[in-house]
Amino acid sequence: MIKRRILIGALLASCFCSLVRAADDTNAPAGTNAPAGTNTTAAAAPADTGPKPDPAGTATGLSVDAQAPNGTFIVTEPTALSDDDKKDPAKVKKYADDKKAFDDYTAQAKLEPLAVKLSDSVGHNRVAVNFMWTLITGFLVMFMQAGFALVETGLCRAKNAGHTMSMNFMIYPMGMLGFYLCGFAFMFGGMGDPNSPSGGGISTMGGYGGLNHELGFHLGSKFIGLLGAKGFLLQGAGYDTAAFALFLFQMVFMDTTATIPTGGAAERWKFSAFMIYGCCIGTIMYPVFGNWVWGNGWLAELGVNFGIGHGHVDFAGSSVVHMQGGVIALIFCWLIGPRFGKYDKNGKIVHPIIAHNIPFVMLGTFILAFGWFGFNPGSSLAGTDLRIAVVAVNTMLASATGALGATLWMWWVRTKKPDPSMMCNGMLAGLVAITCPCAFVSAGGASILGLVAGVLVVESVFFFDKIGIDDCVGAISVHGVNGAWGCLSLGLFADGTYGDGWNGVPGTVKGLFYGGGFGQFFAELIGVTTCFVTLSVLSIIVYKIAEALVGNRVPQEVEIEGLDIAEMGVPGYSGMVMDKQSETPMPKGDTMAPSSPANKPLVAA
Amino acid sequence: MKKIEAIVKPFKLEEVKDALGEAGITGMTVSEVKGFGRQKGHTEIYRGSEYTVDFLPKVKIELVLPDAQAEHAVAIIIKSAKTGKIGDGKVFVSDVEEAIRIRTEEKGELAV
Repeated sequence: MIKRRILIGALLASCFCSLVRAADDTNAPAGTNAPAGTNTTAAAAPADTGPKPDPAGTATGLSVDAQAPNGTFIVTEPTALSDDDKKDPAKVKKYADDKKAFDDYTAQAKLEPLAVKLSDSVGHNRVAVNFMWTLITGFLVMFMQAGFALVETGLCRAKNAGHTMSMNFMIYPMGMLGFYLCGFAFMFGGMGDPNSPSGGGISTMGGYGGLNHELGFHLGSKFIGLLGAKGFLLQGAGYDTAAFALFLFQMVFMDTTATIPTGGAAERWKFSAFMIYGCCIGTIMYPVFGNWVWGNGWLAELGVNFGIGHGHVDFAGSSVVHMQGGVIALIFCWLIGPRFGKYDKNGKIVHPIIAHNIPFVMLGTFILAFGWFGFNPGSSLAGTDLRIAVVAVNTMLASATGALGATLWMWWVRTKKPDPSMMCNGMLAGLVAITCPCAFVSAGGASILGLVAGVLVVESVFFFDKIGIDDCVGAISVHGVNGAWGCLSLGLFADGTYGDGWNGVPGTVKGLFYGGGFGQFFAELIGVTTCFVTLSVLSIIVYKIAEALVGNRVPQEVEIEGLDIAEMGVPGYSGMVMDKQSETPMPKGDTMAPSSPANKPLVAA
Repeated sequence: MKKIEAIVKPFKLEEVKDALGEAGITGMTVSEVKGFGRQKGHTEIYRGSEYTVDFLPKVKIELVLPDAQAEHAVAIIIKSAKTGKIGDGKVFVSDVEEAIRIRTEEKGELAV
């Protein structure tokens, strides 16, 4: 056992060492590489700043960031015409116009030197507002870790409370460190790569473009971006204040994904196997698809490259965060098998496993709903983008209709009782669903898609229960199914009032119901399908690795007794008498646990 | 000496204790138990799946009394614990061979 642990440790250590050595973090002195146009109304950085990292934050936020409503007032000198260009009369005229504008600006600047100095200050303040916004909303999202912990523990049994809480606790540092090591570099290391037609710097926070190396290949003239390669260990090109702010914000999003599968596979997952998963989620499982959507990888570029809508659009992460987590949960729940005692040999539920602490579940849900005010509005990365008000209200409305929809569906249609656990799942489903389209829909659209999410989550929970995939907390249904619905709903409900230039495609984002045609819906469908396939493959691989190294499922005796003492060594509720045996009765006449690919039957005593 | 075991509804415990106290009977042991009698359990539903709740929470009161007091104590318990609805509980009376007070080592009826 000790030998195996040393082997695992050495393996992981050598992997990371070689990654660090291979990472080329020294800046290519491509100082003239001005970042291309980005998502929001951005300024073209002056040629002399280039992608130099700014660890002290003293060179971030300049005049160029002080913006009028329609872009910066700074006028840059036009690039000189080559001899070939001089033959083209249109280009000659454009150069003449640009040169005149530049000369006028220079003359005016000479007359008002104080105004120029002041504009630097204005630019800095604007960037500072955006930094603060990004960081503070990031802190709110970090608090969601507590929400997830409470929801999951409340929905599971008391005898496993210590273990369930511990998984939710440890995933926070494990995911974070993995993301710090290489996940952030994989996901965002290429966001400013000139090969990416819609890539650019961190535009809302000073335009830093040092994360500019994307691994990929060319398909004719189109670049297919696959993985970033700058910013490992936040050194070199990664040691910049804007990069750090972005890292923190994106890290807490990654940790949200990371904590979703712990709920699904709870009550039978070995802590050691969970830790192996924890090593993999921040380093590689999450960043791959994340790069494709948010790192200016190929899914984001579907619009610019292939004319499919604005490419796969996901404002705050219905697919990048929630669906990824939901798919991982699906694979793990499927492979690890249902909890002992819930199903009989024929796959019928004979003993539903009841939540042990509904107050935890509801408190946790409120914490999540509160944290979502950081999750969605924060994804603008800009306090100066006033659309955040719309984002926040849409988020709130969808949470309400989601909760109401699930409650009424349970109460009036399905079970005649307004199940509290479903109320919470409904609210969360609404929140997950609105996460993708929150910036692009109206209040009406948000409310409707939230309502659909509420009904969808109930039916989804029933479905997965029926087919024998035991999801303790509804993670697959809340995050996976509604993550997909959220993205698809953007293709339907985006009303064209926001998103001009998103992913480099001109025009606002418009869905089917607002005259945008099927393009955006199709782009979302591609993204959702890619998410499902990619994460299924990655999850199966990680599960198999953990299975080979330590085994995923606890022995049956441990599962019946409770994981707290056996796995963690400390009871969650010390001193409280628990009737552990009757919480999970043996299925009648049967001493074997239900079958699953990974499950080993108990030898009859 | 007689031992009286009374299984009653939990919310009736205070009333039974007070009634026994008024009759001069002050010592008892109480435990929280689960059980059911002739009445079958009822069905509940959790996240769409039905389950039966057979066991209902009850409280068991145990008293050891001199023979002379036993019948009176039983009558008091029945009167104070009765609600008239199903699940009121049961009283059992059995013989006790010996009783000893630990502090003073008194035996027999002096100990109860």
